[in-house]
Parts: sequence; C-alpha cells; structure tokens
Amino acid sequence: MTTRAFQKIYTRIDNITKATVTLRAQGVGNDELATVGGKLAQVVKIMGENVTLQVFAGTEGLSTDSEVVFHGEPPKLRVSDALAGRFFNAYGEPLEGGEIVEGEAREIGGPTVNPFKRIQPSELIATGIAGIDLNNTIVTGQKIPFFADPDQPYNAVMANVALRAKADKIILGGMGLTNDDFLYFKSVFENAGALDRIVSFVNTTENPPVERLLVPDMALTAAEYFAVDKGEKVLVLLTDMTLYADALAIVSNRMDQIPSKDSMPGSLYSDLAKIYEKAVQLPNGGSITIIAVTTLSGGDITHAVPDNTGYITEGQLFLRNDSDTGKVIVDPFRSLSRLKQLVIGKKTREDHPQVMNACVRLYADAANAKTKLENGFDLSDYDERALKFARDYSEKLLAIDVNIGITEMLDTAWTLFAKYFSKEEVAIKEELIKKYWKEA
Amino acid sequence: MKTTGRVNGIISNIVIVKADGPVGQNEICHVWTGDTKMMAEVIKVIGDAAYVQVFDSTRGLKIGDRVEFEGHMLEVTLAPGLLSRNYDGLQNDLEKMEGLFIARGSITDPVDFDAEWDFTPLAKAGDKVSAASWLGEVREQWVRHKIMVPFTMTQSYTVKSVAPAGKYKVRDTVAVVTDAEGHDHAITMVQKWPVKQAIRCYTEKPRPSRVMETGVRAIDTFNPMAEGGTGFIPGPFGAGKTVLQHAISKQADADVIIMVACGERANEVVEIFKEFPELVDPRTGHKLMERTIIICNTSNMPVAAREASVYTGMTIGEYYRSMGLKVLVMADSTSRWAQALREMSNRLEELPGQDAFPMDLSAIISNFYSRAGLVKLSNGETGSVTFLGTVSPAGGNLKEPVTESTKKAARCFYALSQGRADSKRYPAIDPLESYSKYLEYPEIREYLDQHIEKDWVDLVYAGKTLVQRGKEANDQINILGDDGVPVEYHERFWKSELIDFVILQQDAFDAIDANCPIERQKMMYEMVLGICRQNFSFADFEQCSQFFKGLINLFRQMNYSEWKSEKFENYKRQIEEYVSEKNN
Repeated sequence: MTTRAFQKIYTRIDNITKATVTLRAQGVGNDELATVGGKLAQVVKIMGENVTLQVFAGTEGLSTDSEVVFHGEPPKLRVSDALAGRFFNAYGEPLEGGEIVEGEAREIGGPTVNPFKRIQPSELIATGIAGIDLNNTIVTGQKIPFFADPDQPYNAVMANVALRAKADKIILGGMGLTNDDFLYFKSVFENAGALDRIVSFVNTTENPPVERLLVPDMALTAAEYFAVDKGEKVLVLLTDMTLYADALAIVSNRMDQIPSKDSMPGSLYSDLAKIYEKAVQLPNGGSITIIAVTTLSGGDITHAVPDNTGYITEGQLFLRNDSDTGKVIVDPFRSLSRLKQLVIGKKTREDHPQVMNACVRLYADAANAKTKLENGFDLSDYDERALKFARDYSEKLLAIDVNIGITEMLDTAWTLFAKYFSKEEVAIKEELIKKYWKEA
Repeated sequence: MKTTGRVNGIISNIVIVKADGPVGQNEICHVWTGDTKMMAEVIKVIGDAAYVQVFDSTRGLKIGDRVEFEGHMLEVTLAPGLLSRNYDGLQNDLEKMEGLFIARGSITDPVDFDAEWDFTPLAKAGDKVSAASWLGEVREQWVRHKIMVPFTMTQSYTVKSVAPAGKYKVRDTVAVVTDAEGHDHAITMVQKWPVKQAIRCYTEKPRPSRVMETGVRAIDTFNPMAEGGTGFIPGPFGAGKTVLQHAISKQADADVIIMVACGERANEVVEIFKEFPELVDPRTGHKLMERTIIICNTSNMPVAAREASVYTGMTIGEYYRSMGLKVLVMADSTSRWAQALREMSNRLEELPGQDAFPMDLSAIISNFYSRAGLVKLSNGETGSVTFLGTVSPAGGNLKEPVTESTKKAARCFYALSQGRADSKRYPAIDPLESYSKYLEYPEIREYLDQHIEKDWVDLVYAGKTLVQRGKEANDQINILGDDGVPVEYHERFWKSELIDFVILQQDAFDAIDANCPIERQKMMYEMVLGICRQNFSFADFEQCSQFFKGLINLFRQMNYSEWKSEKFENYKRQIEEYVSEKNN
C-alpha cells in the first residue's frame, strides 16, 4: 500500500479490543482502509469524532500510541490479465513473493448487477459425475454449495468439478484452508496443466481469521474483471464458507451486536447473499458460477450457516458415505439444483427429467425397504428388487468416482430399470417408454 | 423551508444526522456523498439527532456530509403505466437504468410522464365526489384504468369540469373539483401515497365470498384461496415455495398480479422477466406480463429497501383495487423482510425479542396482512387484494417467530413439508397440516355449491379424512409389518396414495399438468373419490399394491393428457375398465 503525501498520522488510540481500535479522527469515510501500527484495518463505525476500526490481523501488540494512517479509500484489488496463474493472500498481495500485479485498482464488494440486465442461465456445466449431471445439473451463472461433514473429500470433489468444467478461469477463494489442502489444490491444478487459468486468494489456518472476510470479495472482484470485461466463463470456488461465517460472528461479537440464531450475526443472510448473488450470466456471454463448500457439524442443516446458505444458493449438493457400496455418493434425496429445469430435457435428451425422477423415486422405495428390513419385517418381491436396483444405481451412477457423459448416464438408468422393474413400476410417460425401454 | 442536517455518525447503513429543524418519524431524507444523492428514511429521533436508514451503501460517507429532509414519508407514484414494469423496492424502473451495475443513488421515473393516454370521462359537472371516486378512465394494456379523486383529498367535492375524451399526458389536468368552501382543485392522472399507510377509500370490507382459482389442485380442491383472502406458504429451502408461487402467478384468476421478490435470488426474477412477456394468460389471451408488475429487491440489494418493497407492492395493489379490479399480491419471502427489520433493530441496539427479532414483529406482520381484502367501493362495485406470502422458516422449524406471527394473521396455511419434497412429491403442500379457514365460511360454501357442485365442501372433507386414515394405516403397517395388519389397512393406505398421486401431486414443469382448471379438477376428484368409496377384496397386500400402482400409473398418464382429448378419454375408459375388472 502506498502512502500519499500530506496524510495525517494519528498516534493516540483511545480503546483497544481484541479486534477493534477506536480513536478520534476527522474527515474519515465509512468503510475506508487504514494502517494501525503497520496492520491493515477498516473503518466499521463512526460516531462524531470517534472512529472504530476493525484490525484484520488482530490487535495483539498494538499500543495506545501506535501510528494510525488512513488511506482515504476502501479495499481495492488491481485487476489485469496478469492475475492469472498467481496466488495471493487475503489483501490481494502476491504470496511467495513475485511482482505486484499492475492494473486498474477496483473497489472490492462493488455494486449489484441490475437484475433486469441479467440473462437467464442456460448453459450446462458437465462434470461427469452422475450425482450432479443426471440428478442435479449445474448451469453457468449458478451458485451452489457442497454441504459436507469435515471428514468428507469435498475439496477433492470440488477440484475435480473445476477441472472438468471447461471454465476459462478458475478462481479459488480459500478461507481457513489448512496448508495441506492449499498445497493439494496447487498440485492438482499444476498436474492438470491448468495453472495459467487459476487465480487464488488464500487465507490459511496460519493467518488471522478476520482476514478471511476479504477473501470472497477479492475473489469475486477478480471474477467480475474476467467475466464482465473479458466475457469469460469464470468458476469461483469458495471453501469453506462456514469458516467465513465464523469470522463474521467474531467481528459482530467484538462490536457488541446482539447475536441471533447459533451466535451468528442477525445480518448473516444479507452478508452471505452479497457474496453468492455475484454469480451471474451476463449478456456478453461471460458468466460467474460459484461452487462453495459449507461444512456441517454432524450433518445438521438447521444450523444458521447451512440454513441461510440454502435459502440463498440455487440448490445444494450433499456428500454421503454409502454403506452398501462403500463409496462416497452425491445424496439424491437432499441434493438439489434449482436451475436444472433450465437445461434438462432441453440441452440434454428429452427423457432426462422423467428418468431422473423415476430413479429417485425407486431409490426412495429401496430406502423404505431397508427400513423394513432393519425393523425385522419380511421383504416383498418388489422390495428385494428395489434394494438390488439401489445398489447398482449407487455404484454405477451416484458414486463420485463415476465419470461418464449424460447420455450414457440416461442409458445406464434405462438398463437398470429394465433389469429390475416392469414398465408400470417405473411409471414414465408412455411415449418415452416406447422409445427408450431396453428389454432385459 | 426544508430541514437540513449533517451526518454525525455512521454504523453500516444507519446514519445519525444532526438536524437543524423539525424532523418527522418515517420522513424521507436524502444523504449526499460527493455528487451522489442517496435516499434514506428516519427511523428514530432523539433530540436533534435523527437516526436514518439509508437505502444504499454508505461506503465513503463522512461526518459532516449534507442531508436534506423532504417533509413527507416514503411514497409511491400512482398513475397509468404501472403495469408490466419492473421496479426496485423504491419504485425505480429497473429497465430504464443505465449500465450493467446499479450505480449508487440511481433514480428513474416510475412511469413515462410523456406518454399520452386515451381518456374517457366517467363523471360530469355537478357530480358529488370524494377520494377514490372515478372521474374517468384510460385503457392501460387491457385494464380499464380509472382516474380517481386522489386518496389524499379527504373532503366531499363537487365536480366543476371534466376534460372531454381525448389524448392526455399523466400530468395534464383532466378534471377540476370544488370543495365545500368553494376552492377549486385541479386533478391530474397521477397521485402519490405513503406506502406504509393503508388506502381506506371504500365503504365496506365484507368477508370474502368467492374463491380465487389458481389451477393448482392441492390448493383449489383441498384448501381453496378466497378472493380478497390471505394465505402464506412456509417451507424449508428446496421445498418448492418459489415454483409454487410462480405457478400461481401464471395461472391465478386475477386482473392484476403484483410480484414482490423480496430479498430472494436474482435468477428467479430473471425467470419471470424472461417467461412472462412470452406466456399467454389462457383466460384473456393476453401476455402474462401485461397484467403483471414486478417489484424486485433481490437479496444483494440494499437491506432497507427490502422492507420498503413489500409496502410498495401492497400500495400499488390497493390502488388497482380501488378501480374495482381483482388484484393478487405475492411476496417471496416475507421472512427476508422480517430479517431486514431485525438488522435495523439490532443496529439501533433495541432490546430484542425471540431470535433477536424486534418485539413488535407480530404486530407489524398482522397489520400488513390486514391490508388485503375484498372491498365495496362507493359506487357499489367491488375490488379485492388477495395476498399470498411465503415464509422461509429458519431450519425449516415452523415454531419460529415469523411463521408463528404469520399464522395468526393469514387465513390459509400451505405448509410445505421436507418429507414430501425429499420424495419429490410436488407441490409439497402437506395435506394434513395445511388448512384453509375459508372452507368454514358459509359464504364460500354457498359459492362452491353454486360454482362446482352442491355440498362440494363435504366432498373435500371426505377426501381429507381418507388421506388422514391412509396415513394412520401406513403408521400401523410400519410398526406391525406388511403381514401384521389386515389387508384392509393396505387398501386404506393405497387409497390415500391414489389421492396423493393423482390430486395432490402436480407437475409444474409439464405444459398440460401444470394448470388444472376447476372443471377438470372436479372431474378428476370425483373419479378418484368414486374409486376410494368402493370396497375391493384383495387376496393379499401384494395384490392390493399392484392394483393401485397400475391405477396410479393410468391416472398419471391422464393428468399428462390434454383435457377431453381422445387420449384423455382413452385413459379414462381404461381406468373404468381396469376398476370394473377388479370388481368382477
């Protein structure tokens, strides 16, 4: 950060809390940045002469006579094509040295796209994973999180999705990423030869948590540059949004705000929406698609973070360990892609919607049969067949290690229908049955 | 002279202003930062300090920045030309805004002040008139848009002159009226009204007595919505609230539809922007967009304007109601509005109520719902505002404050259940939890007797009982096992499944099944009920489930077939044969 001439330096801080400092200053703008004793801070409250600053790296070591310099502007990111292939910290400074990126400095967390100027998303993103492509098809301009327990391989799945998605740019926003995971992402992208398409903003567990609050805005400012200015298809990966929300809670707590559900700030919904709503399909062909991770505790989706997220995002993808096949699957019951209706049966084969629903319905019958079995009841012939179907469906389609095209997924489903069920039991529109039924 | 002030404190979008003169609660003011003017509303006054919520981002705002108070509350502009527009929560026309992004302080005209309208007089010199009396009309799309005495003119007046038929702009004088003291008032086609106050220019607000058809079987057949009634749809995310609301907005039997997208996803609004100008309303043959107004404050737009958006929508609804029209106002979702109230209350450091919501949440919600209703106008005509809101309960828990407060205020309750959504039984309206109080109204009973069939309500209750019994039977089966219960239990269960699959479930994405007119609903329901009333004697439960699965499959094909087409009749015949074969 360059300091300009005739900047006033303040040297008297009145109050210091764990995350904020308060001092008397004049001519300060809301949201503006400042340096406090060499640490970056942002104005969060002004009451007359008293200015409260949130110090990103925490206030450890600051004293009442630390130097405070106001920058006169909100946080910015320098954007240009030179961002590609680079790794940055939460402030947009290059990690591991390297030159500073030249380019126009843009305010992060900028204004909203006029909803009337948006285009309806209609371009399918194929991932090869049937749990996504068949049951929960994703389109460009969508925002969708993985809901996963911390022990599940969500980062690996996300990296896979990103590489198969054929995006022009992939922007990784890492919040509270362990160093191991960060290195994992780096090596996966490197091995795929995709490094020149990747821009990363990373806050690892080694960095102060409050810094994380800048990461999504940094990542999305870069994304907007490539999508709006360059008309590129940009995929933004945000992991882990639960840790982002935790940082929000820390700050609101330090500012004496009344917590609402699960100790989260009352503004959590708006805070998360501001990030996720940056996903957009633009008229120039550019798009921002957001795939995020929200870690759950013990699969509890009623916690404030996954709950608010679910209301904002266009669906959610659940990962689950399937005990029958020993594989990680995308749960067909709890996962949902709200935008799939825009492409399935239109950009994909006509039987897609009905096949998808029939599969899930039959899989639900199998779940009921399983409950019966666990309760010690006899299974009917239908129950037995449903269970066998479920096992095949899980292994050949739902498992995340499957990598096939959508038409092949549909054909696989028809094969399984014919193998285990009669036409009536599958209950699909007659025209489609006539066309696609595969006699066993 | 206007009161002015200077910024003296900033906490997010709450700004504390030191004012130099009188300030009113809920008064509108403008806060300047550089050359940009941002709208704000006074929400608290302490001494000369006015606490205002800014409808925009306060980034870069400084102590000492200028503020101008406007001397009026938040108002909407009411004039011909509102239909088919897309507004933000403060009635700025989104279509007219320049640039891809919404720049701070963007203000655009709500209507086209230069457009000319074909005016036809309805009143004549000498007529006695008062607020909301019809003076003339213009043709707006296919609606006869009445030009009324402004709602703010509270006395009795005598018409002095009305302009002859011809073309006029909205700001041209089209009538002059004289008050009791002999003062003349010029009346144009445009007026303003503060959104947080209800428009009460009617003689009477009777109980709703007609049903509003929506084309959704689970609503029309099982829990009908009354014209001028209120209802709400709570449901966890993914349960299909928005899909259901969109279906209703497309199919509802209303003259004007106002969709308030309040703190929801932008892509959902884009869907309406894209689809409505193309879809045709089957009742009128006109494009859906022609009868629709969209108020759009998506989740990433300023929080304070989110609160304003529901009021803006309701006020425009009341305006069209005064013209004797059937208006449907829908808000998705009222929880976001409540959350906006919570954010404000939190920043004002008010003592919180349950879940940190403001203490008066319940009062605010019921006050808002009470603005809907069927009204008798002074000229004997009727108009109505039907209101349907969605609620997004935190964690899907219906015991949270917004759901509970709304339940007290709304008469219809369409609970969307997670279980139904998980098993893809859409619309996920829970048949046992949901209710329509209107079924108990003698007025509505009479209406259904006349318009569908005598004692229709009894048939509805009979169906509900069958569903209830089916659920009980299923519980028994799950406890005791398939073989542990008599076969009749299976029959009972499968009859409720038949009602569920054929009547309650509906494919909102299928061109034919999506919209089911009442005549078709009647036929399907009577057919299903007829089968449910028969006693079949099944040898065992396998035979029972086999029979009903086949039957459900045939009925589903029938639902997908065009009404009374050959295909449709064919399936109908097949069903009749299928059932009579079983009986023989």
